[in-house]
Amino acid sequence: MGHYVLRRVLQMIPVFLGATLLIFLMVYSLPGDPIAAMFGDKAADPATVANLRHQYYLDQPLWKQYLHYMNNIFHLDFGTSFTGRPVSEIMADAFPVTIRLALVAFFFEIVIGLPLGLIAGLKRGSVADTVVLLLTLVVISIPVFVLGYIAQTVFAINLGWVTATVQDSRDISQLILPGLVLASLSLAYVARLTRTSIGENLRADYMRTAVAKGLPRRTVIGRHLLRNSLIPVVTFLGTDLGALMGGAIVTEGIFNIAGVGNVLYKAINQKEGPTVVGIVTVLVLVYLVASLVVDLLYAVLDPRIRYA
Amino acid sequence: MTTALEKTTAAKDRLVPGTPLLEVRDLHVEFKTRDGVAKAVNGVNYSVAAGETLAVLGESGSGKSVTAQTIMGILDMPPGRVTAGEILFRGQDMLKMSNEQRRKIRGRKIAMIFQDALSSLNPVLSVGYQLGEMFRVHEGASRKEAKAKAIELMDRVRIPAAAQRVNDFPHQFSGGMRQRIMIAMALALEPDLIIADEPTTALDVTVQAQVMDLLAELQAEYHMGLILITHDLGVVADVADKIAVMYAGRIVETAPVHELYARPAHPYTKGLLRSIPRLDQKGEELYAIKGLPPNLYKVPAGCAFNPRCDVATDLCRTEIPALHQVTDRDGAELAGRKSACHLWKETLHG
Ligand SMILES: Nc1ncnc2c1ncn2[C@@H]1O[C@H](COP(=O)(O)OP(=O)(O)OP(=O)(O)O)[C@@H](O)[C@H]1O
Ligand code: SF4
Ligand SMILES: [Mg+2]
Repeated sequence: MGHYVLRRVLQMIPVFLGATLLIFLMVYSLPGDPIAAMFGDKAADPATVANLRHQYYLDQPLWKQYLHYMNNIFHLDFGTSFTGRPVSEIMADAFPVTIRLALVAFFFEIVIGLPLGLIAGLKRGSVADTVVLLLTLVVISIPVFVLGYIAQTVFAINLGWVTATVQDSRDISQLILPGLVLASLSLAYVARLTRTSIGENLRADYMRTAVAKGLPRRTVIGRHLLRNSLIPVVTFLGTDLGALMGGAIVTEGIFNIAGVGNVLYKAINQKEGPTVVGIVTVLVLVYLVASLVVDLLYAVLDPRIRYA
Repeated sequence: MTTALEKTTAAKDRLVPGTPLLEVRDLHVEFKTRDGVAKAVNGVNYSVAAGETLAVLGESGSGKSVTAQTIMGILDMPPGRVTAGEILFRGQDMLKMSNEQRRKIRGRKIAMIFQDALSSLNPVLSVGYQLGEMFRVHEGASRKEAKAKAIELMDRVRIPAAAQRVNDFPHQFSGGMRQRIMIAMALALEPDLIIADEPTTALDVTVQAQVMDLLAELQAEYHMGLILITHDLGVVADVADKIAVMYAGRIVETAPVHELYARPAHPYTKGLLRSIPRLDQKGEELYAIKGLPPNLYKVPAGCAFNPRCDVATDLCRTEIPALHQVTDRDGAELAGRKSACHLWKETLHG
């Protein structure tokens, strides 16, 4: 196991370098001059422009810029945004907001998605099963931004249960609606995955054995069925936690939440190279770590899987 | 050990003499599927007494497993449905019991051993847990007690280094060892009856005999009834007391094992016996019963075996033969011998 983790961590290095290089190249090959944009309509003093270019390493060849950037990252220095704010500070503001939102969404995926899948899977072909299948199909086929605007219109504007936008992201109650919208797609997948997995395992031989042992139904289901059926669901949830972090752009936009997605969106529009690269770098790291954790979790949940 | 034996023997003594431990009467089971109704079990009658081994023989699809699953109460319902019959356990019809009453019999009074131990054991729980669960659920044992008993059981079925292996998972054992674990699980609460559905079929030939011997030995030690479902006529001769031969969901012949081998009273049994490879027939072509097993969605009218029977008459094509009591030439009843053939006399004596 230890060897496996070490190998995986070593494998992460080229993936990490490749991914950051790619995003670095894409951001800096965007048309338009960010320094000129900083001055807006005002005429810029050439000396100041040259100075700024030097300050942001923009007068260097791209590969030098990249090396310089990576070197700084290893010293936990993500550079300075063109507005003069350190990128690490921007991220320190945005990430906690997104993490809170992602956790709220994650919570809904588990407490709504799992039971729905369980009920549908245990009673295949029943009315409940059909309803779950239809509902999840609707959620999967409607784009998130449509769903988000509908939810906002109905619950905030028509019913007035919540505010239309999030005023204070530290107030979890304000994150409930955006959290549900953010969770919706994955929630539907969790429900369907659980349903399929339960349905498959229900027919397994070991379930017949569990019944033949005279175990009560709650033990047969809670112990034998769930322990097996939830393996793929748990691994999906693990991967999804990483995805929720970066996938909140649309939801954060609709509800005006100052999270990572929102900041990233604005930074891309303003060609804020350092901010974009900084955030994406951290997101890449989050994905890499999440996928390693999921693989290890798999081995813990399923003893047949051995990593060597 | 002696105390356990005394306890079980005492329980068995309470049985009214002459009442079998388990008696299946005229059991009918069908499956409703897309293709129609499959009549898998069409009037099965058999019985087992304490300490007795009943072997159930028959081609694939003859309803051996479905009958066993119905006795255990683990039939897939739906599509399965019991349409008629009784299953008497110690004289009480289990088909009339509540789910909870039946659950308390499962595992504790009647236990089952399945063919494929690898898929029949839960892949993500340790064998110690799965064995110990019997004691925890049925006897309220603590985790620690259950584990100690699991090790004891693993010792009893001669799994080497049981104490070290108790936390291992099913896939870490060999096929033979896994089936020993299944046997241990069935044995855990010293049930009155064990149903073993082809317990050695999935094993290497080399370990089949060992596992069968172990099962037979433990059955004798605990004085349990055993229903042994098998394709293997060789195994039957060694361990069974009596045989029930099934065809198309019916019992076509029952007899004490040696009598059946010596003088079958049903043409199907005759065919089965002729199809066993024998040492003195080396070189000769192996006999096979002509034709195919019946289609359960459309069981032939009359005797289900008639399209394949060499001696079938017109009567066979119209009238279902009853399960006749078999007699010797003088008309004296032969104990435990029955045949569902119109021509059983000719088959037996002719
Ligand atoms: N779950 C099920 N759904 C539908 N039909 C079934 C089901 N289980 C059994 N059957 C039907 O019952 C018939 C008898 O099956 P059973 O398993 O009892 O045969 P068997 O005598 O045990 O054969 P084998 O020697 O192959 O194990 C099968 O041919 C099948 O058509
Ligand atoms: S009843 Fe007729 S068809 Fe059936 S086994 Fe006997 S002789 Fe053959
Ligand atoms: Mg079978």
